Amino acid sequence: MSHYVELSNLTKIYDTPKGPAVIVRDFNLTIAKGEFVTLIGHSGCGKSTVLSMLAGLNPISGGGIVLAGRELVGPGPDRGMVFQSPSLLPWLTAYENVMLGVDQVFYTADPEERRDIAEYYLTVVGLGDAMHKKPGELSQGMRQRVGIARAFALKPKMLLLDEPFGMLDSLTRYELQAVLLELWRKNQMTALMVTHDVDEALYLSDRVVCMTNGPEAEVGEIVSVHFPRPRDRKAVMEHPDYYPLRERLIEFLEVHAHRGLSRGEAGGPPGHPGNGSPRPSPKAELLLNPA
Amino acid sequence: MKDSKFKKLDWLILPILGVGAVLILWQVVSASVSKELPNPGKTWAASKAYVVEPFAKRGEMDQGILRFTWYSLVLVAKGYALALLIGTPLGFCLGLSKTFAKTFDPIIQILRPVSPLAWLPLGLVLFLGAGKQASELGALFTIAVCAMWPTVLNTAVGVRAVPQDYLNVARVLKLSRTKTLFKVLIPATLPYMFTGFRLSLGIAWLVIVAAEMLTGRPGVGGFLWQEYNALVYEHIILCIITIGIVGFVLDRLMSVIERRFKTA
Ligand SMILES: Nc1ncnc2c1ncn2[C@@H]1O[C@H](COP(=O)(O)OP(=O)(O)OP(=O)(O)O)[C@@H](O)[C@H]1O
Ligand SMILES: [Mg+2]
Repeated sequence: MSHYVELSNLTKIYDTPKGPAVIVRDFNLTIAKGEFVTLIGHSGCGKSTVLSMLAGLNPISGGGIVLAGRELVGPGPDRGMVFQSPSLLPWLTAYENVMLGVDQVFYTADPEERRDIAEYYLTVVGLGDAMHKKPGELSQGMRQRVGIARAFALKPKMLLLDEPFGMLDSLTRYELQAVLLELWRKNQMTALMVTHDVDEALYLSDRVVCMTNGPEAEVGEIVSVHFPRPRDRKAVMEHPDYYPLRERLIEFLEVHAHRGLSRGEAGGPPGHPGNGSPRPSPKAELLLNPA
Repeated sequence: MKDSKFKKLDWLILPILGVGAVLILWQVVSASVSKELPNPGKTWAASKAYVVEPFAKRGEMDQGILRFTWYSLVLVAKGYALALLIGTPLGFCLGLSKTFAKTFDPIIQILRPVSPLAWLPLGLVLFLGAGKQASELGALFTIAVCAMWPTVLNTAVGVRAVPQDYLNVARVLKLSRTKTLFKVLIPATLPYMFTGFRLSLGIAWLVIVAAEMLTGRPGVGGFLWQEYNALVYEHIILCIITIGIVGFVLDRLMSVIERRFKTA
């Protein structure tokens, strides 16, 4: 099952007044079952576009997506989504927001079972006491917890996260990263997450996919992160490979920020002063095994 | 010190001063420009019986002012309910379907500015076959057809303004059409709908007076018109004040309800 999710030659073209704009071209990626993959890249390169095509909320212009052996058509509850703003319905309580989906997906279960599912996930994310409050009465971080609970409660085949912690303060962010990681591990979920935060990417994921700059963005480089699981933030940060990996990701982003070159030359970052190790070729996977 | 004391009582003193000024102006006008206009004192003297015994019934067209008001309110309630019943679904259709909106928008824009005075005769003709009921049905028709537009338009705007995020929730969960309507669209549109409801009620109250005048039904408007014909001008003023106060109270009530839905 190493091809649980398969994005092949995924392409997005928007029709703009100035003619067609190719945002993403020939995006290829496979994700194994239970893998946690993060997507990084510059603002506006098309990360959200890729994710929303996976979600089925944005029509695909070319290529295809296969999830668990089936071609994806349109949106569905088999993909749980957590976005930067959790898009809860403000007239429903946290519990009711979760229940809306639970009722829909587990309509064959009896009411107590459904209630238990919603309550369980809300409690796990730390909202045991606040589940009957409306989003307006919850803090930004608590709302995001509801979003996470809602996504997991539906037992989706895969999880799509678009900068879920982008609007939170760092303390809350750390807390929720841990909550997410724990839930992901227990549920053996397959996840694809967009983030701007390199440390977050390294703490959470098995692989980090770096996207080249748009227009016509594609997969630039894939970096494997082999820190042992279950992960502990401190242990991860103290790992000897942490800084080289971090350096590498940041460098990728920097190179692409200052790149005035055509996309054909993307990838191979130039040698970095003070770092003697040879650079791998573009799109090659960097495997760093922890000692 | 003195200043701040005045400031605290602003809300009471200033309106009283305003009313006083208008009363004086009224007195002056009735004494100089228009001798036929009854002055405030005469108006009160002639109206006292209707105000002190607001629910008295001395005859078909001689009843306490609140009794008349009640008749008018009952008719307004019926016509208003009709307006909402027709207007809300119409607004939803306009908001949801571009084709529907394109088809009916021109007609709506043309019908909307038509005065109740123009609709009423048509209403009476429409229900000519109903015999004694004709005047009531005609009045209801007029209220509904005049009062529904703010509801229609605000609902349509509200439906179009439902955030894509909320609709995506429905799409991702694959909610059925009915569930999407009741769980997402209606709650999201509610604040807009209530703005429409409030404006519609104001119009319904405007229309009722005109409808009663033309049909001679008992009510504040009917009473006003009858007293005009009977040359009891004091009662015209009494009716105007009553209509104004009732309209104001209705608007306040609706905005309280509206605000409750806005914060939700
Ligand atoms: N409806 C649209 N029509 C035309 N262009 C669009 C449309 N939606 C998005 N784009 C363009 O697609 C590009 C990618 O947008 P996207 O939101 O995927 O970027 P992103 O990588 O998620 O950025 P960020 O990191 O800031 O969230 C942007 O340049 C944007 O201008
Ligand atoms: Mg984005």
